[in-house]
Amino acid sequence: MNTDTQPSSPESTEAKTRSGSSPTTYVMVLLMGIYLGILFAKSEVAHWQRVHDMFLFREAHMYLIIGTAIVVAMISMLIIKRFAIKSIDGKPITYKPKPYHKGVIIGGMLFGAGWAITGACPGPIYAQIGAGEWLAVLTLIGAMLGMFAYAALKPKLPH
Amino acid sequence: MEWLLQPWPWWLSGILIGLTVPLLYLLAGKAFGISTSLQEAGALCVPHSKMEYLSKFDRIGGLWTLVFAFGIGIGSLIATRFLSADPKPFLPESFWSVSGAIKLIVGGFLIGFGTRYAGGCTSGHSITGISNLNWPSLLATICFFAGGLAVTWGLGSLLF
Repeated sequence: MNTDTQPSSPESTEAKTRSGSSPTTYVMVLLMGIYLGILFAKSEVAHWQRVHDMFLFREAHMYLIIGTAIVVAMISMLIIKRFAIKSIDGKPITYKPKPYHKGVIIGGMLFGAGWAITGACPGPIYAQIGAGEWLAVLTLIGAMLGMFAYAALKPKLPH
Repeated sequence: MEWLLQPWPWWLSGILIGLTVPLLYLLAGKAFGISTSLQEAGALCVPHSKMEYLSKFDRIGGLWTLVFAFGIGIGSLIATRFLSADPKPFLPESFWSVSGAIKLIVGGFLIGFGTRYAGGCTSGHSITGISNLNWPSLLATICFFAGGLAVTWGLGSLLF
């Protein structure tokens, strides 16, 4: 696919210091984003009412989608690990575990509250704005403010 | 093909969303997660910030998260404009008000703060994390629902 991953090439040192992705990778990422955006809209997981009805236990739609997605992803990862399948640019696929700290609990509950109020988690915010639901720009502004607040408070928060 | 223009059933949606995890690994070598894009956007806005969370972030390595977010927007636009017979608004009418706007900003703040503090969201923790048998991700997911249920059932009469 590309040659800049070969250890002997002079570009490899530059590739290490500048950790950007190859053009092919960006195209793949864009295509996967489009794929997922279509799914967020067509599955209605980005619709406020669906999220609200999930938290009210009015319908199983969201639970079934999230549950099915986890099972499919889990089976896929078992296959990838079992057969040591590599990515198309020949690199091994490894999951870097997200560590436990107190933020997983506190931050997790705060995020859940935001999800219930706005009807969006981060992906659906982009899906809502993309589809022309301009009010979701407010959700994104709020999310950026929240991210900046975390960046500022991080040294003081329990981890 | 009429079904294509209707909302897709949960099993099809779930299978295809779940396949994002292996596809993103295989095609791009990336772990599926969306909320890092917020940190990336912040790191690009203020690259020389005093906040190490932003100044020390690998903003070149994280660029793909914004490309991914942009793609999600395009995909949703395609789905709404060309693949929906009767597209429904994503947010209820009631959000077009001062109180609605405040709710979105405050809720958005909780999303940004919470996902970054927890280290991931529904994609990075609930789908990618749990499917890789990472127990803190399962705990995070339980907490997402604890927070959402508490707000919906505890403050529901005030908020909705």
